[in-house]
Amino acid sequence: MARFFTRPQSLADRPTHYCPGCTHGVIHRLIGEVIDELNLQGDTVGVAPVGCAVLAYNYFNFDFQEAAHGRAPAVATGIKRVRPDLMVFTYQGDGDLASIGMGEIVHAASRGEKFTTIFVNNAVYGMTGGQMAPTTMPGQRTTTSPFGRDVDRVGMPIKVAELLAALPTPAYVTRQSVITPKYINRAKKAIHKAFQLQMRNACYSFVEIVSTCPTNWGMTPVEAIAWTENTLLAYYPLGDVKMPEVMEVTSAN
Amino acid sequence: MAKVLMKGNEAIAEAAVRAGCLNYFAYPITPQSEIGEYLARRLPEVGGMFLQAESEIAVVYMLYGAAGCGARAFTSSSSPGISLMSEGISYLVGAQLPAVFVNIMRGGPGLGGILPSQADYLQAVKGAGHGDCRMFVLAPASVQEAADMMADAFALAEKYRNPVMVLGDGLIGQMMEPVSFKAQKAVAMENKSAWATTGMSARDGNTPNLVKSLHLDPALLNQHNLDLKAKYERMAREEMRWEMYNAEGDYQVLLVSFGTMSRVCRTAVDMLKAKGVDVALLRPITLFPFPEEQIAMAAERSCCKAVLSVEMNMGQMVDDVKRSVGRQKPVSWYGKCGGEVPTPEEVAGVVEKTIADMDFT
Repeated sequence: MARFFTRPQSLADRPTHYCPGCTHGVIHRLIGEVIDELNLQGDTVGVAPVGCAVLAYNYFNFDFQEAAHGRAPAVATGIKRVRPDLMVFTYQGDGDLASIGMGEIVHAASRGEKFTTIFVNNAVYGMTGGQMAPTTMPGQRTTTSPFGRDVDRVGMPIKVAELLAALPTPAYVTRQSVITPKYINRAKKAIHKAFQLQMRNACYSFVEIVSTCPTNWGMTPVEAIAWTENTLLAYYPLGDVKMPEVMEVTSAN
Repeated sequence: MAKVLMKGNEAIAEAAVRAGCLNYFAYPITPQSEIGEYLARRLPEVGGMFLQAESEIAVVYMLYGAAGCGARAFTSSSSPGISLMSEGISYLVGAQLPAVFVNIMRGGPGLGGILPSQADYLQAVKGAGHGDCRMFVLAPASVQEAADMMADAFALAEKYRNPVMVLGDGLIGQMMEPVSFKAQKAVAMENKSAWATTGMSARDGNTPNLVKSLHLDPALLNQHNLDLKAKYERMAREEMRWEMYNAEGDYQVLLVSFGTMSRVCRTAVDMLKAKGVDVALLRPITLFPFPEEQIAMAAERSCCKAVLSVEMNMGQMVDDVKRSVGRQKPVSWYGKCGGEVPTPEEVAGVVEKTIADMDFT
């Protein structure tokens, strides 16, 4: 009997450590599918810094570098500058990218480094146990904002895609999600476009993916999806924020 | 080749290129900025890669990414900048990546000053980064030696897959001296296919290489550290370097000094010799590994009555000298740490006072 749905070659045959209802697994799969479709498995280097996805290299089937907290864009810059022929992506969470790594992401994007960032934004520090992130919503309770995020004291959540899109250097900046099949298909197309732009040496590419963290939100997976749709997506609107003025690329599927 | 008159920083930069290093990541800081300025012009001539980063923190992780691909790469900075890089140095040690750092030291702590100093001895030798982390440390005493050491630094970094630091001071970086570059053939990095992220298609096509320092299993982390320790012990056995001066006769005092300060001490030894006072100088060339056996043996000589560590800092290497000598002979320190270099006359005066004090007791 023919099998129509199989594991992408670029994904390792290994169960993940992610919590029930977490969207990392879906995003990993999309990346694996796109790399297979573009036939880039043997020419890819992933970079994952500290965070829930620091062990991402266990789930992919290609070369990987582990990075310090926030530093994946610098590591990817080092890789790409000495090996421009490789396909390089960073896989970063919001605590990592929008807080400690804000300097590195802004300057990598501003230099127009030819790598791709997959930015998994779930509005909380996951691995360290649910602390407030720069992306945490106003009023959202976390272990370090037990009374809810007080915007008078710590300001409003940072919209990283819009912030990077304000840089004059050409880039592809988009915000997607994976909480419904429709969004998953769109997110895959965005990743496909980002990797293609990179392989054409066109520009820096940034794919934000608004994600869930049921464990640290104190919700069931179903509640987490509803909260993402109703609360996060109301503040972090989906869609392309910036497109490079280069030849249009074909999307997958 | 003929000698050319060059500033230390520029000689270091040119020597790196000649050693086959075509990748440099820059962040400006006095007194080493000429290294980056030189390479910004020089590297494009040879098809190399120069990139100015947004911070020293970014620099060290760019170096990590490049080294992780098996590329020969280096950076340079000065004291406060090295502090910012120290997290990344620890990651390089943990991931066992080859990389070269040049530290043209200035005075501290904090912003300190911009004049020559040797006040990063402890940082380089003992505190390169968090965790059980060591760097190979080479200390040049002239522009020529600094240039010669660059090829050695890359060779050591790649042989041991560990960061190597060339630890100079502001004088080594800023002064001009005649230098001749060794006729050398750049050697390719060996065996990198076993560990570097070169893309699987460059290898067998189905075994990923992984650059990482995380070991959550305590037994594996313990073993990892034991493996690193074995590497450091091998460095100590095979790579130790030091130099003796005026050690043939019956010296009364043993001076221990490195880098620029050791050259001043050499002159002081000559001055004292002219006055009939016999003093020997031991110059550690590798600061890690540290030539403790050699210092112990030189201090053991019955003629030797005292040991004096002379440093451009508040007394840092003197702890290692004391550890090497033990209680057999008195060990003291002399130095300055504001950016002034002690003169040969000052050093000679301290030696004479040391001898006089001993005669008095």
